[in-house]
Amino acid sequence: MSLRVAFDGITKRFGAVPVLNDVSFELAPGRVHALLGENGAGKSTLVKILAGYERASAGTVRIDGGAQAFPTAREAEAQGIVLVHQETNLADALTVTENIFLGHELRRGWWLDERAMRAKARMALDEVGLAVDPDTKLRDLIIAERQLVEIAKALVRRVRLLILDEPTASLTPTECERLFGLVARLRADGVTIIYISHKLDEVERITDEVIVMRDGRFVGRAPTAGLARGRMVEMMIGRELADMFPPKEPEPTSGPPMLEVRGLTVPGWAEQVSFTLHAGEILGFAGLVGAGRTELFEGLIGLRPCSSGTVMIDGRPARLRNPRAALGRGIAYLSEDRKGKALHLHMPMRDNLTLASLDRHARPWLSAASEDRAWQRARELFAIRGGDAGAPAATLSGGNQQKLAIAKYLEPAPRILVLDEPTRGVDVGAKREIYFLIARLAAEGRGLIVVSSELIELIGLCHRVVVMRRGRVMATVAGTRLTEAELLAHALDTHH
Amino acid sequence: MPSTRITEADGSAGHGAAAARPWFRRMRWRGYGPLLGLVLLCVVGTALNPDFATWDNWVNVLARTSFIGIIAIGMCFVIVTGGIDLSVGSMAALIAGGEILLMNSLATSLGSPVAVIALGMVFAIVLGGLFGIAHGLLITRGRIEPFIVTLGTLGIFRALLTWLADGGVITLDGMLSDSYGPVYYATPLGLQVPVWVFAATAFAGAVLLNRTTFGRYVKAIGSNEQVARYAAVDVGQVKLLAYGLLGACVGIATLLYVPRLGSASPTTGLLWELEAIAAVIIGGTSFRGGSGSIAGTVTGAILLSVIGNVLDLTSIISVYLNAAVQGVVIIVVALLQRRRT
Repeated sequence: MSLRVAFDGITKRFGAVPVLNDVSFELAPGRVHALLGENGAGKSTLVKILAGYERASAGTVRIDGGAQAFPTAREAEAQGIVLVHQETNLADALTVTENIFLGHELRRGWWLDERAMRAKARMALDEVGLAVDPDTKLRDLIIAERQLVEIAKALVRRVRLLILDEPTASLTPTECERLFGLVARLRADGVTIIYISHKLDEVERITDEVIVMRDGRFVGRAPTAGLARGRMVEMMIGRELADMFPPKEPEPTSGPPMLEVRGLTVPGWAEQVSFTLHAGEILGFAGLVGAGRTELFEGLIGLRPCSSGTVMIDGRPARLRNPRAALGRGIAYLSEDRKGKALHLHMPMRDNLTLASLDRHARPWLSAASEDRAWQRARELFAIRGGDAGAPAATLSGGNQQKLAIAKYLEPAPRILVLDEPTRGVDVGAKREIYFLIARLAAEGRGLIVVSSELIELIGLCHRVVVMRRGRVMATVAGTRLTEAELLAHALDTHH
Repeated sequence: MPSTRITEADGSAGHGAAAARPWFRRMRWRGYGPLLGLVLLCVVGTALNPDFATWDNWVNVLARTSFIGIIAIGMCFVIVTGGIDLSVGSMAALIAGGEILLMNSLATSLGSPVAVIALGMVFAIVLGGLFGIAHGLLITRGRIEPFIVTLGTLGIFRALLTWLADGGVITLDGMLSDSYGPVYYATPLGLQVPVWVFAATAFAGAVLLNRTTFGRYVKAIGSNEQVARYAAVDVGQVKLLAYGLLGACVGIATLLYVPRLGSASPTTGLLWELEAIAAVIIGGTSFRGGSGSIAGTVTGAILLSVIGNVLDLTSIISVYLNAAVQGVVIIVVALLQRRRT
């Protein structure tokens, strides 16, 4: 039942832009392969070609020795090749069962066999460890749960080759554990697995072999056992990475706080949250998915109703009814949801950049020249690569999109910047650039708040870290106590 | 430049294959489709009946297009925000009735017909603007879908007019009618007044959509409302203004239309909403919002009335099939302009 897959000279161009360049390698059947590379290295495009979502411009995919080019994902799925996407691809208005069987409904004569589908869906959900009713509508599930539904869907399709593209980006540690267990079981059943992830600890744990791509080319492969993380990173970025994080400036505690939040309550999400932020400080917010961190800051800038609490900026009380008022007082918030809330992917990069500060380019008519100058400045300052002012933001790689998003929220010159998951779905090289950028912004005297699910990132970057659990602040950790174990203990409430 | 243009992405560029494709495949049709269709239609019209290509006929067609055209320009803003207004035809009828009743009642007390007419015209624009803002409030504060809100007011506006007219016709006083006539019939510099107003509205609309923060916000909201909200755009206010703007456009169209017939009846402005929406869509504005073109909208409006005019002047297809031909054109245009997948 195992599949032997070979890529033979795969080349793919979008217009004149080559995304894949003569990629050739083989995948041994029944093993777990990590596919590593920076964003824009071509990993996603390659697996999309394999799974029938894209077609190669040149080259062939061989399955068990025979050349195969699946015209659609359906044909690939019929062969047992299933791709679980980076962004889930499910219908919001349908139930979990309906989504799992979409396009492959079980029938009894002319009628849908609802009972059989529900039973099979429940089995698949049990296997991925998702405890929801199969009749739940997709829109009532959070992102992590949707991802597990995608995987359950793959199981129902009798998968022989499973491609997981960033599956753990929004899963909690417990959910990740279950997923890893599932991967091990599937591997034992002879399923070939391609695992794309930026999290190297996961790669180390669950994969047999590492395959590295860079700039649309195959760079190398090595057994995972005995391959140091540093070496993986160096293969991906093609240079030595001395240090991921900038050196920490001393914690600025002198003087009055720039921002002081007291007893802020966002009904249903955050309870009586208090914290302070000084100029030049980088303050982290840790917690599990659903701890209420995102909602707390959405409440702070007036995107959600707050039932109580006071906000003081520079010692003066501030009423922030909406993001405009917040920006007026110098607070900008960059959402974790880059595609849904931070950038207009189909609008030009320049228009994205200037949206939050557009008044500055209107005198009274919008000046294209002035906007272009802002774009040129930002592109250099933030090292946005692959950018063309008039091209849609969607044409940038994930890391460069994120740099554009940060640039957009810095255009109005805020003094306090809240970055929610600033490196989600961003490759190692761009991550490092973003960390140095955050340090630079703090050094310029801004107050920075970083909300992140990656503890390493918070520890490497922040002066102090606030840990939240179920909407409440559990602890504020600083200095030498800033360790993974300490943060996790507070986030899971196992601290004594 | 071509390297970043994803609309051109089809994998064949850069191999030399592009040069091998025939010229009509390489040309970008998207922006010019409506204009090309219009030119083609004019060629056909001229071939079938020489009267089509006369100055008089053209002036006539443009004057008749003005009402729908002015409304379509306002409609373009609303559609770009991702909204819709189904009520504009009924709104025009009610504004016409209201304006005539006001002017008739002022005529005795105010004396000067010019002052009465000026007041009536201001009233039309203000009333339209208020109706639009009411729509905007129901949509933003009331959080009701634009389709539902304006479906409701479509019925309300026309029923109110029918009630005011007692089921019949509201007629403008004879003396006022004579003074008001030139607002439709006068031809400064060879073109009727509505045509000039149409041109001015189109110019102002294009500047507003492409060269102001308001226009940019309109597009940003239609492209993705959440992203706009997070970027500190006052989404509610921008939508309110867009609907208010459309209402004011309906008011302008109506104040130009009233002197033409000098009356308002339950059939005034019937199905204008469909023609206005069709003009916007034919002009290449995405029904999903996010992007739009005023030039395209103007072309679309003219194209629609030229179809009727060609049918009037030729005998190949019955005039009764006018709406059918327009319907076919709308569907064909939508087919040609659908996004590549």
